[in-house]
Amino acid sequence: MSVPVAPPAETPATSRQPAYRRVFGGSYSLAAQGEPALWVCAAGLVVCLTMIVGLLALVLLQGSFTFWPLPLTELETRDGKRHLGEFTREETFTMGFAALATLEETEREAAERLLCPALRRYLQRLVENDRLEPAMQEAAKQAAGLLERALLEIPAVASATPAEQRRMRAELQSLWRERRSEYRRRLLDRLRESLERSDDALLELLRGIEAKYQSWLGQSDPSQVMASLRDDDATAFAVWSRPVLQLLAVDVRIPVRRRLLRIGNYELTNEHFRWIADYQIVPGSEHHPQWAAIFERIAWGRFYGIPKELWVGDERVAVGPQQTWLAFERHHPAVRKRWREIRHIEKHVIGEINRKMEAARLSLRRLELDLQRRLGRTDVRETPQFRHAQAEFDETEKRLNEAFRQAQQNIERLRAENAGFRLVVTTAEGDDHSLQLADIVRAYTANRLTRREKFSVYLSRWWEFLSEEPREANSEGGVFPAIWGTVAMTLLMSVVVVPFGVLAALYLREYARSGPAISILRIAINNLAGVPSIVFGVFGLGFFCYTVGGGVDALFFPERLPAPTFGTGGLLWASLTLALLTLPVVIVATEEALAAVPRSMREGSLACGATQWQTIRNIVLPRAMPGIMTGMILAMARGAGEVAPLMLVGAVKLAPELPIDGVFPYVHLERSFMHLGFHIYDLGFQSPNSEAAKPMVFTTTLLLIVLIGVMNFFAMWLRSRLTRRFAHGQF
Amino acid sequence: MTQQPPAAVPQSPASTDGDVPQQPAFSQPRPAAAKPPLPDETRPPATSRLHRIALGEPIQAEIHDAVLREDAVLEFDHFSLWYGSKQALFDVSFPVARGKVTALIGPSGCGKSTLLRSINRMNDLIDSVRYEGDIRLNGESILGRQVDVIELRKRMGMVFQKPNPFPMSIFENVVYPLRIDGIRNRRLLKEVCEQSLRGAALWDEVKDRLHESGLGLSGGQQQRLCIARAIAGAPEVLLLDEPCSALDPIATAKIEDLINELRGEYSIVIVTHNMQQASRVSDYTALMYLGRLLEYGPTSDIFTRPHLPETNDYITGRFG
Repeated sequence: MSVPVAPPAETPATSRQPAYRRVFGGSYSLAAQGEPALWVCAAGLVVCLTMIVGLLALVLLQGSFTFWPLPLTELETRDGKRHLGEFTREETFTMGFAALATLEETEREAAERLLCPALRRYLQRLVENDRLEPAMQEAAKQAAGLLERALLEIPAVASATPAEQRRMRAELQSLWRERRSEYRRRLLDRLRESLERSDDALLELLRGIEAKYQSWLGQSDPSQVMASLRDDDATAFAVWSRPVLQLLAVDVRIPVRRRLLRIGNYELTNEHFRWIADYQIVPGSEHHPQWAAIFERIAWGRFYGIPKELWVGDERVAVGPQQTWLAFERHHPAVRKRWREIRHIEKHVIGEINRKMEAARLSLRRLELDLQRRLGRTDVRETPQFRHAQAEFDETEKRLNEAFRQAQQNIERLRAENAGFRLVVTTAEGDDHSLQLADIVRAYTANRLTRREKFSVYLSRWWEFLSEEPREANSEGGVFPAIWGTVAMTLLMSVVVVPFGVLAALYLREYARSGPAISILRIAINNLAGVPSIVFGVFGLGFFCYTVGGGVDALFFPERLPAPTFGTGGLLWASLTLALLTLPVVIVATEEALAAVPRSMREGSLACGATQWQTIRNIVLPRAMPGIMTGMILAMARGAGEVAPLMLVGAVKLAPELPIDGVFPYVHLERSFMHLGFHIYDLGFQSPNSEAAKPMVFTTTLLLIVLIGVMNFFAMWLRSRLTRRFAHGQF
Repeated sequence: MTQQPPAAVPQSPASTDGDVPQQPAFSQPRPAAAKPPLPDETRPPATSRLHRIALGEPIQAEIHDAVLREDAVLEFDHFSLWYGSKQALFDVSFPVARGKVTALIGPSGCGKSTLLRSINRMNDLIDSVRYEGDIRLNGESILGRQVDVIELRKRMGMVFQKPNPFPMSIFENVVYPLRIDGIRNRRLLKEVCEQSLRGAALWDEVKDRLHESGLGLSGGQQQRLCIARAIAGAPEVLLLDEPCSALDPIATAKIEDLINELRGEYSIVIVTHNMQQASRVSDYTALMYLGRLLEYGPTSDIFTRPHLPETNDYITGRFG
């Protein structure tokens, strides 16, 4: 852009010359142009957005498809085995001729058929470019070495004396010197001929050479090894050609698809998943059997098969897939109901009995400790008070044992009722396998489902995921205890951290006189935010769990020792540890919010005769409330997503007892708990069935993100509500 | 993009240059903002008070007899104030008349606001402040250690340069002093609110939206809301610290009318940069310079027959 430059102004003599005149046009520096900065900033934003959106999209996509019911595929592989299962994912790998050696006979043939066209194309290209002959010469040079090595690996030769071996190598070399140009011409001719004809012709050639070569390798008589080369021209040609071809084909690689088939039936196959490459499948064997069913079980993972018979007691009530399936659908709910009843008895009735028993034992132990302290001797069991209590305890124990026996009987009865219901399922291999109906959580004939039914299975799995306890080493079932634990811990943490953080920030900003001490304190708080979170975990374990918790146990729960109550990881200590971890976030955010309250408002309030606390409470805090809530949201998000310290202070792999439940005193601060973040770690890295756990990792991550989102959303809603209340809709 | 004609720009600085000789004094007072050169640059008689003040010599303030005859609500008695090691007020002594409007005028940085903020001890909020001498409210010292600052401030109302309504409803803004006292009687609160808003000439404008935010009002309304808040606690003294400097002329006129109406009911001390405003609203005027009181007397005398030539120079715009 050309801007006319101002001519030196004709200034009147009376006027003063300015020391500096602005420059117009021409000589802008790059920094003065807005555009580069704009592009750099926009690029930064785009990079950030891409990363965030990419991460969220990955989690969302992977996580939300986990529970969608996939069709069941049955297929036969070339090794003669039949498989039934769900294809869960696929990938492509590249395969070359070198990989053929590791394959079984039948699979090698199929793989060769796949590779041959690629080899033909490759060689044809060499021919077109007149590169075949030079390439072959090059290969022949290296082939001699290969061949010598192959020779020495023939068992008969390998066991010969070194002198003999030397002689054979020399003979081999002289043989090639003699014949190699002829063989090269012959190989060239045969290749050219087969290239012109068809893939099959090439394959034929390769197979012929390979067969002769293999039979030469397999000779057992050492004298015959060289003799067959000398006398049998066809064998000699094959033996010479084979390594040459191998070297020529070394660059020929084709992409091959392989799919991961979830085959289940772990007790029969010892694996949950199997990779199946396309060439392994017998063509045309892949199909979707109509009555193939998936059985999700309490233990051993999934079972895939076709229902065959249903037995009730000794009576076979249904035969054939359709009949059996209908009968299964008829009987299964009742069986599951009884099963849930058993679970209820185990969990609540027997749990209650155990609790009472423990309470009685503890009160007896308490009395003993009390007597020991009062009488000053350890041997108090003979005192009348203790005898009396002991008698009472025995009485209680007897009563509870009776109740326990009854509950046990109930369970036995229900179990016996359920035991009669058996489903016989035919696996893909044709074996019959008997399943207890009570062990089946969910079953569906995947290939018969309509879209609506699929969706209902999908929803039912989601519901199970959200509302049930985990099973199968967390890779199946639900994560309800983990959700509960995460929410309880995060809320408890917020309840602790926000008041303390706000009070600390109020003192720092409103009351403390600024000086070096306050500056050092502020720096220390900011640095606290940079301490690795695992350090907080170590501190929490050492200080909260062992020191404070140990003290609490000695003071309030001596009768339970040496079993720790508060002296080990638990909800309370985890919350306190995370509160410590998030304290700087709250303090810094609150301080900034307080600093943003205009001085004029404080002065206005003080001038009205308000005390400093009245000013803080009526003017400063309401005005700073959105900022404080922002700090709280940040702290909650940070705390809910933290895992490392929790591993030390109370998060566990499996804790069916919830930290907050309907049993007095309702909030069990000492209990260890499950946490979604830790659950993700456990699924991803500690699961014995990692393929099955992988989709669950994404689903759990999705859930954790949604949970944090919901909590943040709630906090934001609270913030806007509070703001409205305090400031009448101004902010 | 359109370009300015190149020749237009460089010529402009020559026209308004400071070398032009000073115009003779205007017949009317003009705003202090039109900055004349510093006094010692122009024509400093060696004996000038301004010169002596600049040298740090003590001078005797010129206080008119009419002032001394008034009943004093406030008395400054040899009051000096330091911010750290820097002295801001030098030995200020004068009475403030009860039920009258007293204006404090003077060039920027002369200590008007500091003096005003000393009356309700807002300066105490600054850590490094230190003072000597005394200020008496109704004959009692307000500076002693035994004086309860909170009680003192409850006897004063203060309005600041920038409107500072609180982030609450108009109603709550007005009754804030009562809320602080713990008054919960709804009827009383409503009565005081109406009274104060009427007193601040704002009632008619906001009576239908008392429960909307005070921050939603215009600048002038906000300042009148602050005045309503200041008079809600029935103070003995009303302190106005340049209440109109952030307002447009119409809002300014309204506030001035309001001050005229409040005259007699309250003792008002107003700091202003605007000498026309001082002459319009005040009964007495004190002129300050570099932390000292120069002259203090009835407004009509100060503006028409000042005793000191320096006062005449200031009000006619020759310095300041």
